[in-house]
Amino acid sequence: MTRDEIAAGLAEILEEVAGVNPDDVTEAKSFTEDLDVDSLSMVEVVVAAEEKFDVKIPDDEVQNLKTVGDAVSYISKAQA
Amino acid sequence: VTVEVVVTGLGATTPLGGDVASTWDAMLAGRSGVSALTQEWAAQLPVRIAGQLAVEPDIDRVQARRMDRSEQVAVVAARQAWADSGLADAGLDPQRLGVVVGSGIGGATTLLAQDDILEASGARRVSPHTIPMLMPNGPAAWIGLELKAQAGVHAPTSACATGAESIAWGLDMIRSGRADVVVAGGTESVIHPLPIAAFASMRAMSTRNDDPQKASRPFDKGRDGFVLGEGAGVLVLERADHARARGAKVYARLAGAGMTSDGFDIVQPDPEGWGATRAITMALKDAGVDKSDVVHVNAHATSTPVGDVAEIIALHKALGDHAVITSTKSMTGHLLGAAGAIESIATILAIRHGVVPPTINLDDPDDNVDLDVVAHKARHLEIPAALNNSFGFGGHNAALVFTRA
Repeated sequence: MTRDEIAAGLAEILEEVAGVNPDDVTEAKSFTEDLDVDSLSMVEVVVAAEEKFDVKIPDDEVQNLKTVGDAVSYISKAQA
Repeated sequence: VTVEVVVTGLGATTPLGGDVASTWDAMLAGRSGVSALTQEWAAQLPVRIAGQLAVEPDIDRVQARRMDRSEQVAVVAARQAWADSGLADAGLDPQRLGVVVGSGIGGATTLLAQDDILEASGARRVSPHTIPMLMPNGPAAWIGLELKAQAGVHAPTSACATGAESIAWGLDMIRSGRADVVVAGGTESVIHPLPIAAFASMRAMSTRNDDPQKASRPFDKGRDGFVLGEGAGVLVLERADHARARGAKVYARLAGAGMTSDGFDIVQPDPEGWGATRAITMALKDAGVDKSDVVHVNAHATSTPVGDVAEIIALHKALGDHAVITSTKSMTGHLLGAAGAIESIATILAIRHGVVPPTINLDDPDDNVDLDVVAHKARHLEIPAALNNSFGFGGHNAALVFTRA
């Protein structure tokens, strides 16, 4: 998957779980600061992303995923 | 000197209507909110009827994912009551605003749905929102969050006495000086196969599946158990001088409350009704109201064989035989933890409008029911003071006295 495809997939999850407008989801955005995703919703996003992209995202990795771009990079690497 | 407390806002969503006005109109018209459960899961249950919400809760989609249905209906009712009170623009200090809203059973449907996910997909798939959705204080907490209440958020739990006890504890919060305004009431939403099967196993529910609207028939010879209902009722309680100072609309005074426990059986009411009698007597004393002034009672009467008669016995002992009785559960079904709140609203509106809603389906009164129960059609009546009873599994008895403002 391309980075754009992964970002689009994350945008879908974020809209479903946290009501984030997909247009707001760009790689530079921080989940908590910019997109208002709280800690419980972040757990939902991670679990949904694991399912959607068929990857494993361990809990101690999640704290490193500050921005949408961080998540895209992690998922892209994990898929390779 | 006892602090005077008045009711300045009402909110409800019930099997009869999505708000107080539509619920009240349906009560006066003697309409039943009970219907057949046509869901696939109901087909194999011994009980296939319930009082389902007339209007689905209007909650934002994302917020609704994080709220149990019992929390959603509580928030809907609280928003209505808050808007009705006019307090949003009154500059109330949040540290003087409390919430007391309980539920009989809590987020059981969330618990059961998440257990299905656990069994089918494993622990990682269980929603991180599960705990705040199933905790019994969740409805009160969501309301407190929405109104920014900071004087304390509480969730009494006493089964079917919860709604009335919540109002009594709200009264206590204001009288003791801990708050000027308390949003108080009850909520319940457990129309799901497990709670229904469990109540049915107790032989507590009506099995009149072929005639849903006739199933809830308090005081009638043909009664065979309660009908489960869902919804919420919320009252805004306010210190009277606070309400007066802002020129608020006042529905009624919450004059007094009484709470006792039977110490008799975990689920059976004391057949002599002594615990209920003491609760009513305590409420009258607390209110400083003479029993002769209590001309109307909104009874707990759930349509069970033992309970309805025990309440009649208690009313004889505590009040005598002059009061005009009704059970609005004949129309709403039994909303468990919300019942006392919905019925307090009916009691308050009966005082305000001078009319007692009927007990429908009371075709052939039980031989032991020798009080004046308003059957079939609403009755006009001047009501200086009225009583609302609620009793719960566990032996809880709560009585509230409302008087004309």
